[in-house]
Amino acid sequence: MKIMTCPINGPRLISEFAYAGELKEMPDPTQVSDEQWADYVFNKNGPAGIKREWWCHTASGVWFIAERDTTRDVIMRTYLYQAEVALT
Amino acid sequence: MPLRLLRFGLTRQHPEPRMFTQHDELKSSYDVVIIGAGGHGLAAAYYLARDHGITNVAVLEKGYIGGGNTGRNTTIIRSNYLTPEGVQFYDESVRLWQDLSQDFDLNLFYSTRGHFTLAHTDAAMRTMRWRAEVNKHYGVQSEAVDAKSVQDAVPMMDISCGGHAPVVGALYHAPGAVARHDAVAWGYGRGADRRGIEIHQKTEVLSIETTDSGSGPAISGVMTNRGRISTKKVLCAVAGSTPRMLSMVGLTSPLYIHPLQAMVSEPVKPWLDPIIVSGSLHVYVSQTARGELVMGASLDPYELHATRSTLDFTESLSMHMLEMFPFLGDVKVVRQWAGMADMTPDFAPIMGKTPIKGFYLDSGWGTWGFKATPVCGKTMSHTVATDENHTLITGFGLDRFRRYALTGEKGAASVGH
Repeated sequence: MKIMTCPINGPRLISEFAYAGELKEMPDPTQVSDEQWADYVFNKNGPAGIKREWWCHTASGVWFIAERDTTRDVIMRTYLYQAEVALT
Repeated sequence: MPLRLLRFGLTRQHPEPRMFTQHDELKSSYDVVIIGAGGHGLAAAYYLARDHGITNVAVLEKGYIGGGNTGRNTTIIRSNYLTPEGVQFYDESVRLWQDLSQDFDLNLFYSTRGHFTLAHTDAAMRTMRWRAEVNKHYGVQSEAVDAKSVQDAVPMMDISCGGHAPVVGALYHAPGAVARHDAVAWGYGRGADRRGIEIHQKTEVLSIETTDSGSGPAISGVMTNRGRISTKKVLCAVAGSTPRMLSMVGLTSPLYIHPLQAMVSEPVKPWLDPIIVSGSLHVYVSQTARGELVMGASLDPYELHATRSTLDFTESLSMHMLEMFPFLGDVKVVRQWAGMADMTPDFAPIMGKTPIKGFYLDSGWGTWGFKATPVCGKTMSHTVATDENHTLITGFGLDRFRRYALTGEKGAASVGH
């Protein structure tokens, strides 16, 4: 994995990008218990697989979503975040 | 030619004794099943047999003995940590290391070198003084030293680091050591094997079975690619594969997997006695008895469940090495590799009992697991044998995240802070 495609700037070297962790839906902090909040804050989807993650093209400051296979080190696709896409 | 070799060649009747017994079949049940025949799993097996008399144990390994992070680390052993929990834990480990070769009757090439953690800024120097004071309080030999002491110990080093990041001082830890990592796994494995514990290589765990014990789920068995095993106790010591094992028993954890890469140079004359670590330059380096330089840097920047190597890593690590040691410009890198490091948010391990009865974890060892091998074996064998967390690991439980009681071991990864 050397080249990543920024949805705005096109294909760029991977060194221009920063990984910012898996896309998680934040529960309503006023509604959840401490334990559920801890689960949101700390726990991760750890096993290998295809994951949806936040990445940033640091040169231009574009934040977007990448779908990546963490077993094969392959980027499946990248796109800008949209709430309805994220929830599917 | 050694006489023994000559005899062996001529008679063909004296096959060399194998290091381990090969078991053709799995038994249908064991008292304890240990998943993962790396240093940690085999050490736990060894102490279960030696100290607790539990020998009806199977150690299951998907690949081969010591083929994971045990054989992929840079073999550094030290105890100059930052938190009281960390310092006491690793100090016990260093003590165990020191007479392990005798214990095993196997030469681990344990070599005490001294360990410098370089400080390039006043802020870093402040952290070094803090670590030194915590260490001394717990009787661990550590002291903050000035740049001249570093230069005296490593005359070949450019102490100005090319002018970019001059060394202002260091944390010096005299007991810092290196050891031959494969031999650690073999020594523990042979010791366990001789005491009757079965090591099964090429045996993959496909699922872990639980039943409802009335007071929550409890372990009842393990399904492998070579058949099913009944057991009430499972110790999981699988580093980068821990999240997958946890998903088999329905647990979640904060563990995340990033590769940690390392590389080795061609052998050169001995010139580097101590171990040198620089957090600012992202380098740690030591010279082996064979003369190779073993070098590591920081974690890869994104999650990955693979052990691939990258050129970026070699380039950036070499660049920083040359800032400190410009004369190495013509020395060649001969190997590089990666291991899957299981990281935690607070840089402390996750060990001990879990919400599932009979399921014990030894995980979250990220980039700092090799040095802890003996004490992990000791404390986990105690925990498995008595079903009570050993006192040295009470700060490392999985439930600390649910309670927001993180340990915060910033001294965990020597280049990570």
